[in-house]
Amino acid sequence: MNETIATDRTKRNADNLELSGKGGLEARDLHAWFGTHHALADVSLHFPERTVTGLIGPSGCGKSTFLRLLNRMHEFIPKSAMAGEVLFNGDDIYAPGVNPTEIRKRIGMVFQKPNPFPAMTIGENVLAGVKLAKIKVENKDDLMEESLTRAGLWKEVRDRLNAAGGSLSGGQQQRLCIARALAMKPEALLLDEPCSALDPISTLRVEETIVQLSETMTIVIVTHNMQQAARVSDYCAFFLSNGGPGRLVEADLTNNIFNNPRDSRTADYVQGRFG
Amino acid sequence: MQADAELEVSIDIPEHRKLQVTQGTPDRIFRYIITTGAYFSLAVLAMIAGFLLYRGFQIFSDFGLGFITGAKWDAGSGDETAPAVFGVAAMLVGSLVIAIMAIAIALPFAVISALFLEYYAPLAIRRFLISILDLVAAIPSVIYGIWGYAILMPHVVGWSKSLNSWFGWFPLFDVPAPIFDRSPFVAGVLLALMVLPITTSVAREVYSQAPRDQIDAAYGLGATKWGALRTVVLPFGKSGLIGGAMLGLGRALGETIAVYLVLNLVFKINLQVLASAGGNVASMIATRFGEAGPYELRALMAAGLVLFLLTLVVNALATLIVNRSKVQ
Repeated sequence: MNETIATDRTKRNADNLELSGKGGLEARDLHAWFGTHHALADVSLHFPERTVTGLIGPSGCGKSTFLRLLNRMHEFIPKSAMAGEVLFNGDDIYAPGVNPTEIRKRIGMVFQKPNPFPAMTIGENVLAGVKLAKIKVENKDDLMEESLTRAGLWKEVRDRLNAAGGSLSGGQQQRLCIARALAMKPEALLLDEPCSALDPISTLRVEETIVQLSETMTIVIVTHNMQQAARVSDYCAFFLSNGGPGRLVEADLTNNIFNNPRDSRTADYVQGRFG
Repeated sequence: MQADAELEVSIDIPEHRKLQVTQGTPDRIFRYIITTGAYFSLAVLAMIAGFLLYRGFQIFSDFGLGFITGAKWDAGSGDETAPAVFGVAAMLVGSLVIAIMAIAIALPFAVISALFLEYYAPLAIRRFLISILDLVAAIPSVIYGIWGYAILMPHVVGWSKSLNSWFGWFPLFDVPAPIFDRSPFVAGVLLALMVLPITTSVAREVYSQAPRDQIDAAYGLGATKWGALRTVVLPFGKSGLIGGAMLGLGRALGETIAVYLVLNLVFKINLQVLASAGGNVASMIATRFGEAGPYELRALMAAGLVLFLLTLVVNALATLIVNRSKVQ
C-alpha cells in the first residue's frame, strides 16, 4: 500500500508559498463554534494567489466549517461563533466596518448540492449574482457566454438559455452554479465538495474547469475524493478530529502530502487506512 | 444506436405482468377507515348542496337567471298587486367587492409580517409573536363586529373622507352623498383585519419551508438579506401565498355577523365602495331569515346555494392559479 500516488500539478514549487498578492487568502488562528460545540480549533493556513488548495479529511473534521469561515457564510448559522482572523489581500474580513456581502461578492462559493434558482432560466441563473448586487454590466450576453464558457457549459446550453435551470442534469447544474459564481468575477472561489453528487464524466469536466480557473483566481476545494485532490490541487491541507474540535494536521504541496507526509496520520488517511 | 436496434430485433416484447398485492388485515382495516372518512366529508358537502338546491329549486324555476342578475329583493304583499321579486345580484357583487378589498388590504401586511416573523424577529420573541397571531385568529367574529362598529368605523370614516376628497374623481371612490359610515370600505377594512392572522400564518408556514441551500446560494453570491428573500423565498412562497389568500377569501366571503354590524344593506348594485350602501349575501340571509315567509325562505335557501357555489368557484380558480404557477 505504499505505492506513489501520481499528482498532476507539480509545476509549482515551495517558493510560491511566500506569494501574497491579489486574491491571496490567509487564515490565522481560526476557531469555530456551534453553540457550545467547539467545531474547529486553531487553524492557520495560507492560500497563495492563483493556486488550488485541497482540504481533505474524514467527515466531521471541520473542513466545510473552515471553508465557510473564509467568506463569512459561517455566521448565518444561528448561535454560531468564531475567533481568529481571515486575511484577504492582507485585510481582515472580520474587521469592524467590513461589509460581509462585499466579501462574498469577491470570494465566490459553490456548494455540495447543485442549487440553481429554480424559478429562473439558465441565462438568468448565470446573471443572478450580478443582478442581486446591482452591478452594471455593459454587455450581459458577453458576460453570460464568457462565464458559461469558463465553467465548461456553454456548448451544451447555448441553444436553450431560456430553459429552466432545473431542467439540466446534476453535473450541468453544478457547472451552472460555477458559471453563476464566475459571473461575479471573484478573486477567489471556494468549492465545498462540488463533485460529490456528480457522475465520473461530469466530475472530470468540473475538475478541468477548476484547473483552468486557477490561472486567474485562488481556489480552495473541500473533497473526499483523494484522486480528485491529487489531480487538481497544488497544495493539500489535512484536517482531523479525534472527538474534539477539528484541527489542521498538516499542509504542504500535494505531492508531499500524498507521497512524503510528515505525519503518520496523514499517511494513513491518504493511503485509505481510515476515514 | 446500432446496438439498440440489434437488441430490439432479438427480443420479444412480453406482456405486462399483472401484479397482485396481498394486503394484511390491519392494512385493510386502516384503508377502510380512511376511505370512509374521506367519502363521508364529501357526502356531507354534497348533502348540503342537495338540500339547498331542493329547498330553493322553486325559486330558480320561477325566476331563472333573473335570480342571479336581478338586484331587487321584495317579498311582496302576497297577492296579485305586488308579487314577490327576488334577485341576489346586489348582494353577490357586494360580497365579492368586500372580500376582494379585504384580501387586497390584508395581503401586503401578511407578507411583511410573515417575512418579519420568519427571518427578522429575534428568536426570543418569535414564539411569543406567533402565539399572539394564533390568539388573534381565534377571536369570535361578533367581537370583531362590535369593535369594528364602535372603534374602527369612526377612523375608517375619516380615511374614507380623505380618499374621497383626493381621489373622488375616480368612479370607485365617488359618493352620491357625503355619508361614509357602514360602507363596503368599512366592512372591507374590518374583514382585512379578520383574515390577516390566517393569511399571515399560512404565509409564514410557506416561507419557513424555503430551501436553505438556495438561500445560501444567494448569500454566497453577495446578496443582501432582502436580496436573498426576494430571489429565493418570495418566488418559492408564491403559490402557497395564493393558497393562504384564498383561505382568507373564503372566510371573507362567508363572514356574516361582523359584516352585518358595519354594513348598510341596500338592494342595489353599488360599486362606490365609500358610500353607505352595500351588499353581502351571508349578512342578507341572516337579516331576512327571522321574518321570512315560506316563499322568501326558499329564496334565502337559493341565495345560500349561490354563495356556496361562489366559494367553490373561487377555490377552483385558486387551485388553477396555484397549479399554473407550479408548472413555470
